[in-house]
Amino acid sequence: MWTWFHRLASPPTFYRLADRFAPWFGIAATGLLAYGIVGGLFFAPADYQQSDAFRIIYIHVPAAALSLSIYMLMASAALVAVIWRIKLAECVLVSAAPIGASFTALALVTGMLWGKPMWGAYWVWDARLTSELILLFLYAGVIGLNQAIEDPRAAARACGLLALIGVINVPIVHYSVEWWNSLHQGSTILKMGKPSMNADMAQPLYACLLGVYFFMGYVLLRRTQNELLLRERGTAWVKERLESSNV
Amino acid sequence: MTKRQKRMAAIAALLVGLSLAAALGFTAFRKNMMYFYTPSDLLAGTSKVGAKLRLGGLVERGSVKRGEGLSVDFILADCVHSLPVHYEGILPDLFREGQGIVATGSMQANGAFKADEVLAKHDENYMPPQVADALKVQDGKHACAPFKSVNKVEAAK
Repeated sequence: MWTWFHRLASPPTFYRLADRFAPWFGIAATGLLAYGIVGGLFFAPADYQQSDAFRIIYIHVPAAALSLSIYMLMASAALVAVIWRIKLAECVLVSAAPIGASFTALALVTGMLWGKPMWGAYWVWDARLTSELILLFLYAGVIGLNQAIEDPRAAARACGLLALIGVINVPIVHYSVEWWNSLHQGSTILKMGKPSMNADMAQPLYACLLGVYFFMGYVLLRRTQNELLLRERGTAWVKERLESSNV
Repeated sequence: MTKRQKRMAAIAALLVGLSLAAALGFTAFRKNMMYFYTPSDLLAGTSKVGAKLRLGGLVERGSVKRGEGLSVDFILADCVHSLPVHYEGILPDLFREGQGIVATGSMQANGAFKADEVLAKHDENYMPPQVADALKVQDGKHACAPFKSVNKVEAAK
């Protein structure tokens, strides 16, 4: 089992595998997101309270789900990078941070746009909103730390440590609406038990959720490939690749 | 211990320590993490008259009375207790009877809550209007669950 793992973690093997999988991820993401967004924005019935304003859920919930999932993925890569010092894990770690930061920012902005007309305020300092903002700062910290340290391996180790410390925030974001009183509502579908949503409304949302995960897979594979090329630019396999692709 | 095992132990210790610190911190500062108090908290007499605080609950059905201009009176309830609220100002679109709101303001000497700001607290239920009509006969009990008593007075049913 370990030999398989080591082979996968070797840069040229991963690069080749990523090349094979990334297009399929891209196609799946495009299809699912097209179905989900069109179905959600045009065909799903309007909500009984919020009417059409609820449709921000098709962007907001997938973005928020990804903001946490990407953090967990980044922290897992950080664990491998810090303990086993595997180069591929370091690349995944630094490649994941900007994707996570983008989705966190998207979740915050869409939430604020919805909050003004529905709650009556763009922003309140309740537990959910505050912890999600801290998540954005953690991503920003990882990105900044990686930029600030010259040696990429030392940078990845420092980023890994920060990412691991920040893991504590993930359950706080997720359970904030259950542990404490908050203005933000509880989970509609990402919870145990029956979803609190009509099936006609939920179906496009599931497609959007699945779609953004494929999108993340696509972007992460491509970004990791770039990072690998950059770090391994002096090695034989990169030169071989460059020659064979006539760049 | 090899270097790798040392790193593993260090990270395990780091994570355990952090979770412990977070758990202790949040237990100690539970009150401060709460965005609002419930009517049960205020009726238990744990807050001073005139102190600025937030109050969250459901607007009781049939309790909204509009006065002159923008003034409005209604009763705010959690699962156990209720409290009269007075407010002058613009209400959010989602303010309606049976829905959750969070009001910022203070308790008055006469036992009513005077609000300076009212925000709507939407619940997690989404449905088309025709389904909502079908559900109307049911009691709205589930709707009071998100309003947790800060001081744990009479835990919400």
